[in-house]
Amino acid sequence: MNRGFIERVNHMTQHDQTKPQESLNIVIVGHVDHGKSTLVGRLYADTGSLPEGKVEKVQAICRQQGKEFEYAFLFDAFLEEQEQGITIDTARTFFIWNGRQYIIIDAPGHKEFLKNMISGAARAEAALLLIDALEGVREQSKKHGYLLSLLGVTQFAVVVNKMDLVGYRQDVFDGIEKEYREFLGQFRAVPQQMIPVSAKMGDNIATRSSHMNWYQGPTVLETLALFKKEQVRSEQPLRFPLQDVYKFDARRILAGRITAGRLKVGDQLVFSPSNKTALVQSIEGFNVDPPQSEAQAGQSVGITLDEQIFVERGEIASHRDSIPLVSTAIRVNLFWMGRRPLEKGRKYVLRLATREVACEVAAIHRIIDTADLAQLQESQAVAKNQVAELTLRAKSPLAFDLSSSFEATGRFVLVDEYDIAGGGIITELVHDEQEGLREEARQREYAWLTGDVRAEDRAAQYGHRAAIVLFTGSAQTGKTFLARRVEALLVADSRHAYLLEGENLLQGLDADLSAADPSFAAERVRRYGEVARLLIDTGLIVVSTSKTFGINYQRMAEMIRTLVQPAPVIAVHMSRAGEEPPPNTDLHFAGPQDFDAAARRILEELKRRGVLIQPSGTKSTIQYSI
Amino acid sequence: MKHLRQLEDQSVYILREAYKHFNHLAMLWSMGKDSTVLLWLARKAFFGHVPFPLLHVDTSYKIPAMIEYRDRIAREWRLNLVVGQNKEALAAGMNHTLGRDVCCTALKTTAMKNLVEEKGYTGIILGVRADEDSTRAKERYFSPRDKHGDWDFRDQPPELWDQFKTTFPPGTHIRIHPLLDWTEINIWEYIKHENIPFMDLYLDRGDGTRYRSLGCAPCTMPIKSTAKTVDEIIAELRGTNVAERAGRAQDAGRGMEMLRKKGYM
Repeated sequence: MNRGFIERVNHMTQHDQTKPQESLNIVIVGHVDHGKSTLVGRLYADTGSLPEGKVEKVQAICRQQGKEFEYAFLFDAFLEEQEQGITIDTARTFFIWNGRQYIIIDAPGHKEFLKNMISGAARAEAALLLIDALEGVREQSKKHGYLLSLLGVTQFAVVVNKMDLVGYRQDVFDGIEKEYREFLGQFRAVPQQMIPVSAKMGDNIATRSSHMNWYQGPTVLETLALFKKEQVRSEQPLRFPLQDVYKFDARRILAGRITAGRLKVGDQLVFSPSNKTALVQSIEGFNVDPPQSEAQAGQSVGITLDEQIFVERGEIASHRDSIPLVSTAIRVNLFWMGRRPLEKGRKYVLRLATREVACEVAAIHRIIDTADLAQLQESQAVAKNQVAELTLRAKSPLAFDLSSSFEATGRFVLVDEYDIAGGGIITELVHDEQEGLREEARQREYAWLTGDVRAEDRAAQYGHRAAIVLFTGSAQTGKTFLARRVEALLVADSRHAYLLEGENLLQGLDADLSAADPSFAAERVRRYGEVARLLIDTGLIVVSTSKTFGINYQRMAEMIRTLVQPAPVIAVHMSRAGEEPPPNTDLHFAGPQDFDAAARRILEELKRRGVLIQPSGTKSTIQYSI
Repeated sequence: MKHLRQLEDQSVYILREAYKHFNHLAMLWSMGKDSTVLLWLARKAFFGHVPFPLLHVDTSYKIPAMIEYRDRIAREWRLNLVVGQNKEALAAGMNHTLGRDVCCTALKTTAMKNLVEEKGYTGIILGVRADEDSTRAKERYFSPRDKHGDWDFRDQPPELWDQFKTTFPPGTHIRIHPLLDWTEINIWEYIKHENIPFMDLYLDRGDGTRYRSLGCAPCTMPIKSTAKTVDEIIAELRGTNVAERAGRAQDAGRGMEMLRKKGYM
């Protein structure tokens, strides 16, 4: 058999010389032992894409280990893989055919390595799914088919391999085709082709088989050429998740990768969830001449804005006519790869585009058995390699899209301790109680009129940015006492600070409200939030406590947060004993306090967060901390 | 050149993720074509700046022209260059005649481990490419190394979409591979497109040979080639079936798998 192989290698001088105009990521998946690595090896050999050194190296290893050379060995690189005859990890290889560079990702089929298969498939623009003609549709054939759909790989072909072992019979192929199409139909997945092949013998891989005249469709190689390069993303509305803000030189550059749509110089951008807006002043670049005036989906860019607004990594910029959704709760489909099961109530970090936010599982609606798509009974946990429908609740508002409309901003991963342990797609927005206030804040920010003095002018003048220090805690914990200390300390340090006392509002602004009215509490906090927003706009550091809201402080604090968005909130919680602080607490003081030390600690936090910019008395140009 | 822009966009995204997540970040620069492209991509990502140190693991057996080139570029591009060397092993007389894997491990792997440990780097950016050899084809963009610098290829973290492994237990570090999707031809196409300065050791300078891959002088052999320009290199590569690292002695047999498992680049 080596002879035949060497003949093929010698053909390789007919290597495709055309310059590739594009590249396409293809993943090959399927049940263990259904011949994925063999297919890849064959594809390379038959297209003359193997380097000489490679074959000799693998042949030498085969000789050393006393076994016959197989095409699969070309890519099953690790000794361990060759010994067990299975692919352990995803391998990437390349070949060029007809002006296109194919990046072939060979993903393992063994169920132990599902996370590796998923890593491979998540990178793919198209897939080949292999089924062994002799064994038929197996567990992993189904699981992989379902996961491709979940991962958003809609462009795929099913390759029925080892047709030589079933005498190249059409009825065997037809049976598998019917069974598998029915399975895929349950989640509306449609393969582009179903191709009968023998990877080992080379039937219908690069050349048409003479054993299966009953099959008129394209070969595997022809099918690859039929896969389309996705271009539609740049025609969608703009999504530009902010990755980082750089200040290496005089420019303040907002860097990120456009995940959908286009942006151009002069566009007005809206950042979600902060609702900040600004115009694109320039698209920056290094060794780019002339500078770009427009950028589109897929590109990693850097932009400058006409105004130095405070925006952070994780926000999503869009145009105003098509903004992403915002909520603290989402309904999702998720697959779990964690070492320990996913549990209700346990805390995870959710990562969506560049946003990271703490979250927990609010509900496990159902667990899906991917082999027959049956619903398993309600469960408190999702085990490794299971797929589930969940509701997730984030600690702070999240900008996102539904995966049915946007790919990159409609999917997420969950991190458990140090590891990415799950991935999923967002299927629904779950309404939360902040929705009304969030919309009020958004409309208000859009319509907000300012004079000629900008926020950064005030900050440069005052030596600090505007912010709100929000004290929470139950009665008699010293909130008001500490808040007064902080106000005094700030003013003594020549900062512009003001203690917003809720009781004062009650006497004046809220005098028309009746405590008997059911909306009393909500309306009071709304007014309180709007007053805080106004004071923050004057450039002040607002110091406030939840005292006036009594035992409902936690809910009220969240509502104030929504209303003062996007100002920095420094949340300080005070408790008598070691009780759990509310979500998003920045500083927690438990038990009796040295109030002077606590106040200094809060000032430190204001420095760390970039609110206090420089020692008072000195005036210089403003440097944002990010 | 659309495919080059796509490769650049992905590499730049990875570099920016690395910069955002790692406080103790460094980039390995061997002055070869790949890591020089990587360095250029960092300047792309950070708009002309390189906001982390560049590490060169000097085995003392490098071709002298490489060191001259290193120092010139470091000066011109205002780089923060950190050179590491296993002086102990060199003092004890380590060289390739004692065994190539022993020599590579001592002068490269150990030297790098020591440097990483001494400086406390938690993220190291490297220019390895998936098409170089089969073990590199299995790498992740963000690939963890344990306390001993070892690579557990059996249990690699999942890498979904553009979400990478950026959190890790104390004492371990992450190798970051922004060039994983690039091929040797892509590297030269990009060098030409961006007009990146590279060492002329890669070109035929009149004797009908050139280096295709650069390493230590005793273990790197030039290839027969008359390519005198980048275009001629690209044309030559399109026609060849000889593996890129065929001139690198440490790759023979199972060499690379064993070396990389122990922490080799």
